[in-house]
Amino acid sequence: MGNKQTTFTEEQLEAYQVMLESEEQRLHGRFRELAPHLVPLDYTNNPDVKVPLTLIVTMPELKENPFRERIVETFSEDGQGNLSFNDFVDMFSALCEASPRELKTIYAFKIYDFNRDNFICKEDMEKTLNKLTKGDLTAEEVALVCNKAIEEADLDGDSKLSFADFENMISKAPDFLR
Amino acid sequence: MSEGEMARLMEEVEEKKKLIATIRNKPWRMKRRLVLLREAQQFVDKFEGALGKGKGRKWYAYKVMMTKKWIKFQRDFENFRTACIPWERKIKEVESHFGSSVASYFIFLRWMYGMNLVLFGLTFGLVVMPEVLMGLPYGSIPRKTVPRAEQDTAQDYSVLMDFNGYCKYSVLFYGYYNNQRTIGLLKFRLPLAYLMVGLGTFGYSLMLVIRTMAKNADVGGGDGDEGEFTFAWKMFTSWDYLIGNAETADNKYASITTSFKESIVDEQENQKDENIHLRRFLRVLANFLITCSLGGSGYLIYFVVKRSQEFANRDDLSWYEKNELELIMSLLGLVCPPLFETIAELEDYHPRIALKWQLGRIFALFLGNLYTFLFALFDEVNTKVLNSIGRMFEYYANFSLPVNDSDATPPPMDPGDVILGPCWETAVGIEFVKLTVSDIQVTYLTILIGDFARAVIVRFLNYCWCWDLEAGFPSYGEFDISGNVLGLVFNQGMIWMGAFYAPGLVGINVLRLLSSMYYQCWAVMATNVPHERVFKASKSNNFYMGLLLLVLFLSLLPVVYTIMSLPPSFDCGPFSGKEKMFDVIMETIDLDLPAFMGTLFSYAANPGLIIPAVLLMVLAIYYLNSTSEAYQNANMELKKKMQMARDEEKNRRNNTDSTNQVMKDLEDLLPNRSLAPPALPEPG
Repeated sequence: MGNKQTTFTEEQLEAYQVMLESEEQRLHGRFRELAPHLVPLDYTNNPDVKVPLTLIVTMPELKENPFRERIVETFSEDGQGNLSFNDFVDMFSALCEASPRELKTIYAFKIYDFNRDNFICKEDMEKTLNKLTKGDLTAEEVALVCNKAIEEADLDGDSKLSFADFENMISKAPDFLR
Repeated sequence: MSEGEMARLMEEVEEKKKLIATIRNKPWRMKRRLVLLREAQQFVDKFEGALGKGKGRKWYAYKVMMTKKWIKFQRDFENFRTACIPWERKIKEVESHFGSSVASYFIFLRWMYGMNLVLFGLTFGLVVMPEVLMGLPYGSIPRKTVPRAEQDTAQDYSVLMDFNGYCKYSVLFYGYYNNQRTIGLLKFRLPLAYLMVGLGTFGYSLMLVIRTMAKNADVGGGDGDEGEFTFAWKMFTSWDYLIGNAETADNKYASITTSFKESIVDEQENQKDENIHLRRFLRVLANFLITCSLGGSGYLIYFVVKRSQEFANRDDLSWYEKNELELIMSLLGLVCPPLFETIAELEDYHPRIALKWQLGRIFALFLGNLYTFLFALFDEVNTKVLNSIGRMFEYYANFSLPVNDSDATPPPMDPGDVILGPCWETAVGIEFVKLTVSDIQVTYLTILIGDFARAVIVRFLNYCWCWDLEAGFPSYGEFDISGNVLGLVFNQGMIWMGAFYAPGLVGINVLRLLSSMYYQCWAVMATNVPHERVFKASKSNNFYMGLLLLVLFLSLLPVVYTIMSLPPSFDCGPFSGKEKMFDVIMETIDLDLPAFMGTLFSYAANPGLIIPAVLLMVLAIYYLNSTSEAYQNANMELKKKMQMARDEEKNRRNNTDSTNQVMKDLEDLLPNRSLAPPALPEPG
């Protein structure tokens, strides 16, 4: 690669087809500033480094999001929220505007599925609702909303939402692009 | 390798290539993606070369390499283009503080700026520059010179601010342009270019607006019933993932909670026993009041325009009297919308419906104002045209005198001394420019006083005031999205109308949009607070585009009417001396194009050809309409089927009786019910 110190090889850049080299450098810069002692400057050898959850949720884009822990957990390989650089890139490319709707639907389902059983059951919904309203609704109100939501979206009658139910419901939503 | 093997190998290579192209869309882990990608690329590299064996292998390998380079170039170019979009960071910042609906205004503003930039390029490059570079300079002919009588005051600031004096006789306005058929060495046909650019402006804008609407319609998609998934949508789609600011996030939490509570109350409540007659009466009353105020504002404008015509004959005008028209129009635009909102309290509609009514009324207000202004203006124009016929005779009379006296050519008169007839196009252009400028001034002043001064007062007076200024009245302002968007739309309508009479207007607008972007971004970040009810910009994008389209058509009408029916002034502008403005096209066809084109056009203009063409278009519209209706019907059928299937499944699971009589009858014939649900049998 000549005398210039580069962070990535040409192939790595090709592989990260999602973005431009400078954006890639920028993302790497952001990744690094979360944990400068952990993340090396030179990525040409694909080092195996993971940044823990607690550091990632301090990013300004995620700080105010009620689902930040779930988002990070969804994109981490071990499910505990420790992201390698690949996962980091994954997360931002899925959340960006250019990513396709189907991809977002899949990830949204994973995010809202708190207990990771591939169904959004009533407990998952209660947790979602409480995070959204910061606990301002009473218990009966929460129960009512969850029941109504299941009633509306559940197609196969098992009182929880499978991915097919979720997708069917989301695909008709006018606001779901972000 | 045999033929069959080669074909199979080619298929595999194609498959791998497709995989490489779509790999970014698959929801896999990055590691998995990288591994698969490497595998696929290696496979393709290995076998693509092999396929070329015996078939000009070198050429095949070369082609493959060129394709790769071309794809890489395209990707780089695409990345470069995305990086070039201006103001992206600024808009993202606004978005994270205020939510996506406020940011959508700025995205709209940026889009408008792009469109105006193109229009400016067209006008400047094809009309202004040729006249400046190749046409006669200032002061050479009467239409380009300030008349002797005005020369003393022509440089005064107050005169320039009114766009008289040197401004009036400059490239800004229609009257400056010469009617020579061709100018300069290149034989540039300026009058033709002027007409074509005027019409091309509308054509380009139309194409752009429709293309954007079509793109938005694709994304908007969703045809589901509004009430179908209320709670589920509220739960899963209400959070705006782009919010990055704590205050906005707090507001968002509060608004989500409120919206849940509202829906819960809606769900729990029974039909209210309301006095429906009282409600109806109040609504009728409200509409009546609003119609009255709309009529009142229209009459006020008409009255003021008539007064300004009288003022035009006087010379001793105060500043107020000179600018009365523009002031009144801007004030009406400021005062009436809050008035409408207050009256609408009587109606007691659901907030979303109330907003639609409000937008419709503001639109009617602006439209009424604009058209009243236009009618009054064209009244004036007609009087001027009639006057100018008298002046024409006077003009010729003056010129013919010296010729009668001697045989020599008449002594060259100083261009400043020649009597010019009234140039109504320039007058109309001046009116539009003044209106635009006053609109700009009012907007900027409103932001400065209504938002900035208010914020400063609230912030600093709060220390020594009896009640909490920040929480109660007046507190900080919120960004008025619909008001600003409508203002932008109507401003653009005025530009479209005025650009034909004042080519410099588009340039003024470009400057205005540019400064507006920076100014409003600063104002919003420094002086506004996020809305109490933070809401998302959903399908309303196409609503504003639809408004823009309507305004485009409405502003097309006066210009086309002028081109087709009104005679141009006889001594100013590129069409002077002709009977109608579009005669310049006829002239070009006769003189410049080869003979057969002339005959071709005359055949095409034959009614015998035009009427069948119109009939054909009507038939095409009818056909497309009926096909789309058929598709919609098919859609409804499919939806009904899905709904029926879903209900059946639910009923089956819950062991309740099916409501469908046919299904009931067939149930006895069906096998064991506890098995996996069978496919829906054909009824009857």
